[in-house]
Amino acid sequence: MFDLTGKTALVTGASGGIGGAIARALHDQGATVALSGTRREALEATAADLGGRAHVVPCDLSDPDAVAGLVEAAEAAAGTGLDILVNNAGLTRDGLAMRMKDADWETVLDVNLTAAFRLSRAALKGMMKRRWGRIISITSIVGVTGNPGQANYAASKAGLIGMSKSLAGEVAPRGITVNCVAPGFITSAMTDALSDDQKSRLLGAIPAGTMGSGADVAAAVVYLASAEAGYVTGQTLHVNGGMAMI
Amino acid sequence: MSDVAERVKKIVVEHLGVEESKVTENASFIDDLGADSLDTVELVMAFEEEFQCEIPDDAAEKILTVKDAIDFINEHTK
Repeated sequence: MFDLTGKTALVTGASGGIGGAIARALHDQGATVALSGTRREALEATAADLGGRAHVVPCDLSDPDAVAGLVEAAEAAAGTGLDILVNNAGLTRDGLAMRMKDADWETVLDVNLTAAFRLSRAALKGMMKRRWGRIISITSIVGVTGNPGQANYAASKAGLIGMSKSLAGEVAPRGITVNCVAPGFITSAMTDALSDDQKSRLLGAIPAGTMGSGADVAAAVVYLASAEAGYVTGQTLHVNGGMAMI
Repeated sequence: MSDVAERVKKIVVEHLGVEESKVTENASFIDDLGADSLDTVELVMAFEEEFQCEIPDDAAEKILTVKDAIDFINEHTK
């Protein structure tokens, strides 16, 4: 089950905790992976750790020109067409809406949503020709529930869900599925910064009683990337320990 | 019939799975040959590949018939 041998995947934000876990899981299933992110050293360390079938394609997703060339660069590095795109990269610029700067709104929307759209558009061409493709965007529980202080981030993540449903409808006849994975609280650099008090309050809201791991998110991505999930499209798979049941 | 016209018609037949006799120069991809909007995007991609040319989006939108495609390619490739 879930064998990805012979498939090529591009993972954005692969220098982060969740992105690294996703790249590793896809690679473990046999996929060739192209690791993208802004920190070249971190990407190279991950690639070296994975051994073969791993390529590094650094990219700053806030730069439209760099985004335009990323799918092509990944295909050139891997030497094959792109079968699986994982839009994982994301950033936050939190603040109350009344104090939020335009730049903070724009940066978050540009990187989290607009870059994901541009990469999807670029990836779809080859997928259409090959009659097979998987686009998986990592959204967030807050894209569905909202979260005070994250109007920009929540909007970008909700945007990914709407975008994915629309793309899913457009390309379903060509063997391409488009889905989202929505993590809840996942152990990462972002959550490490929380105080013990904040953490215990959060855990109280999670029926499973623990934070999730990057591997939990990655397993959902592997499933959606697989041939077995070919009839699942336009969906958002929530990985949140029961924190929100939607 | 020019070489370009024959190659265009061959692509249309292959992509849309229609009878060759239906692929006349004035045939509209959508109205006469049963293409949907996704098919028209794919046809343009196939033309680009076959003729090694780039068809910009605004030009692609105007390619509605077999003749439109042949004319565009004749004008933009040598």
